[in-house]
Amino acid sequence: MTIAQLYIPVAVLFGISIFFALLLPILSKILGPNRPGGRKGEAYESGIVAVGNAQKRLPVKFYRIAILFILFDIDIIFLFPYAIAMKKLGLFGLWSMLIFVVIFVLGDIWVWKRGVLEWE
Amino acid sequence: MDWTLGTIALRALGVGFLMSFVVITGFAYTTLLERKLLARLQGRVGPERAGYIPLPRKGKKERKLLGGVLQPAADAVKLFFKEDRAPDMVDTVIYNIAPMLTVIPAVLILAVIPWAPTLLKSSPYPYFAIAPGLQVGVLFILAVASIAVYGVALAGWASNSKYAILGGIRATAQMISYELALSLTVLPSVMLAGSMNLNDIVVAQEGLWFFLIQPVATLIFIIGVFAELQRAPFDLLEAEQELSSGYNVEYGSMRFGMFFMAEYMKMISFSAIAAVLFFGGYRGPFVDQVPLLGILYLFGKIFLGLCLMIWVRASMPRLRYDQLMNFGWKILLPLAVLNFVVTAIGIVLHSEGILNLPLPG
Repeated sequence: MTIAQLYIPVAVLFGISIFFALLLPILSKILGPNRPGGRKGEAYESGIVAVGNAQKRLPVKFYRIAILFILFDIDIIFLFPYAIAMKKLGLFGLWSMLIFVVIFVLGDIWVWKRGVLEWE
Repeated sequence: MDWTLGTIALRALGVGFLMSFVVITGFAYTTLLERKLLARLQGRVGPERAGYIPLPRKGKKERKLLGGVLQPAADAVKLFFKEDRAPDMVDTVIYNIAPMLTVIPAVLILAVIPWAPTLLKSSPYPYFAIAPGLQVGVLFILAVASIAVYGVALAGWASNSKYAILGGIRATAQMISYELALSLTVLPSVMLAGSMNLNDIVVAQEGLWFFLIQPVATLIFIIGVFAELQRAPFDLLEAEQELSSGYNVEYGSMRFGMFFMAEYMKMISFSAIAAVLFFGGYRGPFVDQVPLLGILYLFGKIFLGLCLMIWVRASMPRLRYDQLMNFGWKILLPLAVLNFVVTAIGIVLHSEGILNLPLPG
């Protein structure tokens, strides 16, 4: 089968998903009432008047987690081709993969020791 | 029948609409199942007023058959007829896109799930799915499931409300942390089957379900799915007592419902994926003679998965956020790496003939 034949169903399903994603908000816009006014435009903060803008700076630990995720996720993605071909690669492939994983684990230990994974 | 690009697209359109309707109906009734089962586990009755069949009274007791069977329809009608109003301070474009970004991956993930062996004799595919023949099924699932993170993160940010931003950023950190362990535990099934195609993984489990060979991976996968779908005990992002529902606090009407639709649809599809990876997928007795049974078996396994999720929600208290991150990074991830290494060594030694293990292939 050609690539087009394989991926056309995915494209069609993507179209279907966009159809549903557009249909639901449009339907509720049509069916629901539209009565602006009152305090509907304010941010919800459990009845307390909101002070200032909410889009402020966030704690840096969230960014550290995101960066670590990208590093480790790319490492894991490299294991997928190995998982498919491992029986053909045999013992040589196993040693190569183990060296790769050891580097991965050393990175993890280093990150751990530096206290990046600590949440207080 | 001649399978040209046009007929393939037409078939995909038919099957795609059919299966997404089935799953969307399933989503509606999953909410009912959750409310009913949760109520029973807590010693209540649950919704019973919408659409029941009255039975003759037995003494003083009023008796109802199928109580609450129309509850999902009533919920949907209520959501549709609510006012859909965005607060003034939101980032309009992203605020509108975010719910769509959560629903689109939830539908798209259905593409690769094998529901049954081939139903039609003339079909060129060996199994029944929306997009059969896709060899990268497992990678497709991981890739599409990651897009859902954008929906949650952007919904929280665009709402420009403090609760929403805190909920969104918590959810993002949680989902990406557990995704690592999730992708690592998908690997053993891929290695055992030697293919990323989900149907090949199902076929490879003909003799032995993979959860018997890979109990640790199964457990980590299930925990990872709970965290990825933000189900209890990992529902920190909507911790009602602290965040009053988190990233979707500024949404109303059906756009609020879309977040729940995506969550419950992903509960269904991830139950199906867990069944495919570890519990034999559509395989069961007589499935080779009667392919239609495959759909029933898979639906049965999905139902059990959903019941497990609801049961856990009824039994487990919510984790604290630092406990959640520590558990994900310091326990689950090293355990998943160790499990992967041990599995890889076992499979290679087995295929080299050094060790004799009860493995398929």
